[in-house]
Amino acid sequence: MLYREAGDFKTSYAKDSQTFPIKFDRWGYWVIMVIAFGVVPFIINDYWVSAVLLPFLIYAIAALGLNILSGYCGQISLGTGGFMAVGAYASYKLMTSFPEVPFFFHVIIAGLITAMVGLAFGLPSMRIKGFYLAVATLAAQFFLVWLFNKVGWFYNYSASGQISAPERTMLGYAVTGPYASASAKYLFCLVFVVLLAWIARNLTRGSFGRKWMAIRDMDIAAEIIGVNPLAAKLSAFAVSSFFVGISGALFFSVYLGAVEVGEAFGIQKSFLLLFMVIIGGLGSIFGSFAGAAFLVLMPVLLKNLLVGTLGWPTDLAVHFEFMIVGGLIVAFLIFEPHGLAQLWRLTKEKLRLWPFPH
Amino acid sequence: MPDQLLFAIEVTLNGLMAGVLYSLVALGFVLIFKASGVFNYAQGVMALFAAMTLVGIQKGQVPFSHLINSILGTDLHYFGWHIPALIAIVLTAGVMVLFAWIVERFVLKHLVNQPDIILFMATIGLTYFMEGFGDLMWGPDLKKLDVGLAQGGSLWIEEHTAFLGGDGFYGFFIDKLDIAATVVAALLVTALIMFSQYTKQGRAMRAVADDHQAALSVGISLRFIWVLVWSVAGFVALVAGIMWGAKSGVQFSLSLIALKALPVLMLGGFTSIPGAIVGGLIIGVGEKLFEFSVGPLIGGATENWFAYVLALLFLVFRPQGLFGEKIIERV
Repeated sequence: MLYREAGDFKTSYAKDSQTFPIKFDRWGYWVIMVIAFGVVPFIINDYWVSAVLLPFLIYAIAALGLNILSGYCGQISLGTGGFMAVGAYASYKLMTSFPEVPFFFHVIIAGLITAMVGLAFGLPSMRIKGFYLAVATLAAQFFLVWLFNKVGWFYNYSASGQISAPERTMLGYAVTGPYASASAKYLFCLVFVVLLAWIARNLTRGSFGRKWMAIRDMDIAAEIIGVNPLAAKLSAFAVSSFFVGISGALFFSVYLGAVEVGEAFGIQKSFLLLFMVIIGGLGSIFGSFAGAAFLVLMPVLLKNLLVGTLGWPTDLAVHFEFMIVGGLIVAFLIFEPHGLAQLWRLTKEKLRLWPFPH
Repeated sequence: MPDQLLFAIEVTLNGLMAGVLYSLVALGFVLIFKASGVFNYAQGVMALFAAMTLVGIQKGQVPFSHLINSILGTDLHYFGWHIPALIAIVLTAGVMVLFAWIVERFVLKHLVNQPDIILFMATIGLTYFMEGFGDLMWGPDLKKLDVGLAQGGSLWIEEHTAFLGGDGFYGFFIDKLDIAATVVAALLVTALIMFSQYTKQGRAMRAVADDHQAALSVGISLRFIWVLVWSVAGFVALVAGIMWGAKSGVQFSLSLIALKALPVLMLGGFTSIPGAIVGGLIIGVGEKLFEFSVGPLIGGATENWFAYVLALLFLVFRPQGLFGEKIIERV
């Protein structure tokens, strides 16, 4: 009844092509924004931020990036973990080398550096396609992790081989380091998420996005109708790596504070992000958020349910978690290959007609 | 001969042996990819699961004992019998056939006609499931696998090659297990080729690999062939699991050999059995020689990525791999 387009007249082209064509959605969007910025920071505690909100926000950024590459441009990447590591180490080097520059710009520049690296590893996509490319991106994953492990310059020759984030402030509040408050960390990441989601949405519906989708659907046909495959593929790699790099920088500096590269950015991370994108829905901005939320929340819920409520040993719960994640992925692919985003789309179609579907 | 050269030869020999093991895993990938177009990422975890099952059956471990104990409060661990290696291997092969049937029945059947990438994702999901399931069934601890294969360096080879070098050289060090693995791999490949060339089912398998629809139209049951292919791949995984498990114990890292086999596949081509073997040998020798010659200069542990970078560079010049079918695209 509330969710309808009747009576909502579009009087300009801008209004006609807006992201949320239905009034209810627009209101919903603003309500979520007000809650996210105005209410949540005052009521959250450390547990919620470190167990749920921060990983969700940061993985959502990475999932957006991977979705641009895999969902919109059709280039499957298994090197996301490696690119996150680039973002993390770039931000670490910048933070320690230029402490006088505001931290916000460090994160942005870390993203740009990752975009450069992504470009370099995207070059083979000119010649290699499909599975061969997916496997080829593993080269990035293994090489980058090895590089950050072996070359002392990247971790400032620290004895443990780890990197740990020094304290940096934003508008007078500490956002990294041990004294950063939960709300400050949350707000800092939220700003990035909102900004990047806005960029992603507008890129994917503009000419860039259309070129990417043409390449995804069939690259030879796209080339014939005048899409430059080199430019389209490389731009997708660059934009995607930019997102992933920012996510890696935040993951290291704001969320974890100290990382060991093989542990934090290993191949498991690449698969986790790919699952987020697939479960959420390939080629959908909303899907990236849904997938990230799903895979961040599910282990927390499962753990609370199995260990907390039923009192099972932790190791059993971990095995079950693997089985459930794996089973869900297979089930999703069988029943709804387009992911949560498609379910959401169907729900909205139903809602529009509710309660009189005929 | 100068010692340095002798060491390089020794490294090459060991690389060849390691390459044989990579080929064994890659072979399982190729079989499934050819017959069903599925890029089966779960091949590594299948090897792990097969090895775990083998150890479990051999020792008479109670499956799901941890789960049963924590739900019912019992204290079960072992049945208390010990099964000879050969019978255990046959039983494990039976389990892998059952696994193939389950995968076909519950996963592949429902994914016919989906894009390749969806199938690939499904096998990654399967990998996660199997990792959890295997640990739940047999426990995650490191297990020792012993099916009676010889272990340790071969003294005979060391003694008979010692004369080649000077005082500092004691002959080539070659693990007996690697020699056994090479022999087994050669037998396995011969058996596979015989099977696919000279038996009715083998011919049907090749027909399906060639063209699904044409095979269907002459009356070959696609679903049976898929079960067959996954069973054969499961058997190859079992052999690979035995070899790797005997070498370094049965534990989670065994499933990572899938990652070792991927560059082999890229190099050799996804559709070629000889490619898997030649690719495995090239990667095995290449990474050992690289580690031996360049590794010390740049910090070592290059084996993790060298194979991938080599395969990547190679693919830039030949996108379908060494022996892969030429990729023809039509609009």
